[in-house]
Amino acid sequence: MRLRSGVLAAGCLLLQAMGVAIFLRGFFPMAVRARPRGEPPGDGPAEPAPPGSGAVSNWSAMPPPLFRKVVLVLIDALREDFVFGPKGKQFMPYATQVIEKGTSYSFVAEAKPPTVTMPRIKALMTGSIPGFIDVVVNLNSPALLDDNLIWQAKTAGKRIIFYGDDTWVKLFPKHFVEYDGTTSFFVSDFTEVDDNVTRHLDRVLKREDWDLLILHYLGLDHIGHVTGPNSPQVGPKLREMDNILKKIHISLLSKEGEASLPSLLVVCGDHGMSETGSHGGSSEGEVHTPLLFISSAFEKRSGPLTQPELVQQTDLASTLAVGLGLPISRNSVGTLILPVVGGKTMREQLRFLHLNGFQLSRLLEENTPAYEKDPGYEQFKIAEKSHGNWIKLYLEGNNSEILMNLGKKVLKQYLEALKTLSASLSKQVAQYDMYSMMVGTVIVMENPVVSSSSWSEVDVLMLAGTIGHVLSLGASSFIEEEHQTWYFLINTLCLALCQELCRNHFLLKECDPQHGISLKQNFDGIGEASDCKNIDVPTSGNSKLDKVASSAEFIKGSDKWISLASPWIILICCRLLRSLNQTGVQWAHRPDFGHWLTSSEHKSELSFLAAVSLVMIFFLVQRRCSLVSKIAMALGLLGVYSYRAAIGNVVFPWQHDSKDISKGITEARFVYVFVLGIVFTGTKDLLKSQVISADSSVKSTGLWEVYSGLVLLAALLFRPHNLPVLVFCLLIQTMMTKYIWRPLKCDVAQITIMHYWFGQAFFYFQGNSNGIATVDVSAGFVGLESYVEIPAIFLTAFATYAGPLLWAIHLLCYLSSEVSRNAAAVGHGCFCYALMRSIPVAIYILLVTGLRYHLFIWSVFSPKLLYEGVHVFITAAICLFFTAMDQNHSQKVQD
Amino acid sequence: MRDAEARRLWAANLLRAAAVPLTAVVPAFFMDGFTVLGTHLAWLCVCVLCVGTLNVGLCLVLKPSLPPKRSSVATKISRFLKCCIYFFMSCILFHAIIVLYGAPLIESVTETFLFAVLLSTFTTLQCLCMLGPNIQAWIRVFSKNGATSIWENSLQITTTCSILGAWFGAFPIPLDWDRPWQVWPISCSLGATFGYVAGLIIAPLWIHWNWKQLTYKSR
Repeated sequence: MRLRSGVLAAGCLLLQAMGVAIFLRGFFPMAVRARPRGEPPGDGPAEPAPPGSGAVSNWSAMPPPLFRKVVLVLIDALREDFVFGPKGKQFMPYATQVIEKGTSYSFVAEAKPPTVTMPRIKALMTGSIPGFIDVVVNLNSPALLDDNLIWQAKTAGKRIIFYGDDTWVKLFPKHFVEYDGTTSFFVSDFTEVDDNVTRHLDRVLKREDWDLLILHYLGLDHIGHVTGPNSPQVGPKLREMDNILKKIHISLLSKEGEASLPSLLVVCGDHGMSETGSHGGSSEGEVHTPLLFISSAFEKRSGPLTQPELVQQTDLASTLAVGLGLPISRNSVGTLILPVVGGKTMREQLRFLHLNGFQLSRLLEENTPAYEKDPGYEQFKIAEKSHGNWIKLYLEGNNSEILMNLGKKVLKQYLEALKTLSASLSKQVAQYDMYSMMVGTVIVMENPVVSSSSWSEVDVLMLAGTIGHVLSLGASSFIEEEHQTWYFLINTLCLALCQELCRNHFLLKECDPQHGISLKQNFDGIGEASDCKNIDVPTSGNSKLDKVASSAEFIKGSDKWISLASPWIILICCRLLRSLNQTGVQWAHRPDFGHWLTSSEHKSELSFLAAVSLVMIFFLVQRRCSLVSKIAMALGLLGVYSYRAAIGNVVFPWQHDSKDISKGITEARFVYVFVLGIVFTGTKDLLKSQVISADSSVKSTGLWEVYSGLVLLAALLFRPHNLPVLVFCLLIQTMMTKYIWRPLKCDVAQITIMHYWFGQAFFYFQGNSNGIATVDVSAGFVGLESYVEIPAIFLTAFATYAGPLLWAIHLLCYLSSEVSRNAAAVGHGCFCYALMRSIPVAIYILLVTGLRYHLFIWSVFSPKLLYEGVHVFITAAICLFFTAMDQNHSQKVQD
Repeated sequence: MRDAEARRLWAANLLRAAAVPLTAVVPAFFMDGFTVLGTHLAWLCVCVLCVGTLNVGLCLVLKPSLPPKRSSVATKISRFLKCCIYFFMSCILFHAIIVLYGAPLIESVTETFLFAVLLSTFTTLQCLCMLGPNIQAWIRVFSKNGATSIWENSLQITTTCSILGAWFGAFPIPLDWDRPWQVWPISCSLGATFGYVAGLIIAPLWIHWNWKQLTYKSR
């Protein structure tokens, strides 16, 4: 029956994984309003016809461009205060001078989360708000198929040159007449990424054969990621950017004399950075970026400097389209930034606003059935009508002052209408495919319903902890700080285990049997949170005879004390790991060991720690391996160290001068060979134990070898300061096995839940959190020359979920070594593990559906949903592995 | 006889429970700007002192379970010193456990330690008053069915409630409500205090309802 339950659980989990996939498909609409760009852009709408039949507007063609050349300088992670704040005044003197006295307009552009580069580029160029799923495909950006500014410019015959982040080249393939993409692969590279852009600048600025020049500088973002926004490296970088702006501006001005049209220089950031230097979320520092328009067409700034006005990032697409004389992209929700065209005549300004309003209202028509009731649409219609009246007056050649005043009124009406339209369109981005979501939810919910029949053996504490954790998922703060929940739970678990150990050692042996039984029955009651003080030791009245008689059959004195101390050692380990990586949101900025170790002046400490950790990993893993695997393991761990030395994370003691840094391809592949070798040996043993019905020791050695292969892979992928996590993981597993689970004879459900809890805690000990920004993407590039999709995804997923995965495999190792005691252990463990995973997911999906209009849905709940989804897929794979192992066993039993 | 004892337990527990709210109110008349949240450390000290003195005083007055045998001054002093050492050790132990639970190791040591002292006052000090520095007796009381009087039952319940209260008090800390009581260790110490007061009130009620089942083994 129990064997069946394991298979059933694995099946249900697969079904659930499918359900989650369907739900995710509905929850993250790929492209809510993406219309294919279809026919080439025709002429926009004509000016609204003046009332009455007689006069007809004579202006129906697209308005001509306002600027001859446009240079767009995009500085990655340029935060608003880097330009407008004290840092800007200090390090960007030229920009400050232009802002204060020059011909420029400055704004603060608000980016919508997720504040990650690719969605932001899309927002800047299409004017639409990309869905959350863009973050996931961020690594592998496919070509942008929506209507966008670059495509419009190319269709209109503009020549575009691009230098910078190669995301653009992937998004807009074959759009640029000349380009040089730099990859943002090496985050520790601060200078070369930018030099690769700047080296083309002098040549390009001299030439005349381009219309739009786009520069995307990555250095600042890299500095932010590695050292944070307040590091001393930010200043020189900003000064470098300032010099580049100066160079471009002067060059543009010098060319302007003979040309009929002025040029435009736009400076902006794609997103900002948080106080820790990362980005992806929605804190103020991350969403506020500067937006600076510089052109001789503008009026000279006079009067006191005011606070820059707040605009949306999406407004840039419409404004640039108007400036270049292009049709506004169809999916754009942005509004024209009026001051930029402020130098034009009233008729032209009104025409631009009408074009923008017409485009927005068409977008609204296509997406809302009841568009006519939308206030923005109504406002637009009114404005359009008064525009018509204005044109009538204009064509009649009316008095200029009346015309001016009326024009201003129409302008105001248009601006209000645009604002309302844009707001109601932006709101619609949170549109869900409820149908898929419901189908997914139904499939997901089926799982607990189907399998709730044999739920009996799980302890009260663990049940309470599990339920408490699941309920806590309803609050955004508890999701942000989920690591605290797990740390709290495993701490309490350790204290409860300590109490049980004490009971086991002092009480059960020494008490009279009757008393002992009654105590055991009462155990699950109150004392979950109580500490060691509440140990139950026999009353002094009990005779010493019992003691003498019983002590012989129990473990030796020293072992007993180690056993009693083990929960405390585990607690101390957990406390150390907790201060290794500060994660979450509220306390993420606190100093931690991880940052201390990774800073460049502590390289020798980091090297020492990494070396010690690798040696300890070897000693903890090798004890159950065969000789060949032992040697392979040792060589592999040496390879890990030399890989880290090659890419410059650690140093060899004899290597004093910092040598040239390579990608460490050879070293990493050397380790991969050993990983594959060990896993292969393990698999061979497993197959042997299945085909030839050998004793179970072959099987458990095989499993352990697979496990140690995975440990080696994790050691390679983990950043060097995280190697202690791996050491403590192995240490805790060893101690728990030897001193807690075996002596206490815990049942399978308890052991499974403990493994699950520790797995979760280790997920966060690694430095992960429920935010997208903490995913260590660099793991996906270990040993690869360039980005290769499948291995990169696999490696990143493995490195991210290494904690839960290693604990799950260890569970399998432990349970299959216990098979002699409990034949159904593996199946039952698989069932419990699947249940532990599926209940939170099912309830979380319900919660998210309920909270889909929550303020933090994009920044908190969606990333968590993605994490949960991926975790379900991984767990499903693990459960299949469990079931396969279990099948072997059951076949053997039948033989 | 047992009725009388139950009444004495009621009186003692209500007195102790009433003392806790008083510690929050009374010092405000003597100290300017005293509030439980604002000057939390001062309140912790007042509360510890007040509850501690009350416990010791009640113990001297009621003598619930001390063996009535005469003892010399020297043994009394040694008992007293032992009690002090035990109390101090329990403070250290609580402090260690709190740090293991994630309290900062170096910053706000005073807060953490005072919280540990508060927990010790609610738990260890009571045990010391009732049972004396006699580990065997403690172990007996805290094993199931080990209580030999309603006083010891009450001790079990208040101790467990205090610790559970502190445990639950940690829950609101990660929430982003930015309330003054979410600052470490206010929510935990308030939780422990509420747990303690609740335990003091629950204990006599529990004893009242389970009156029939309570059969104390004579020693």
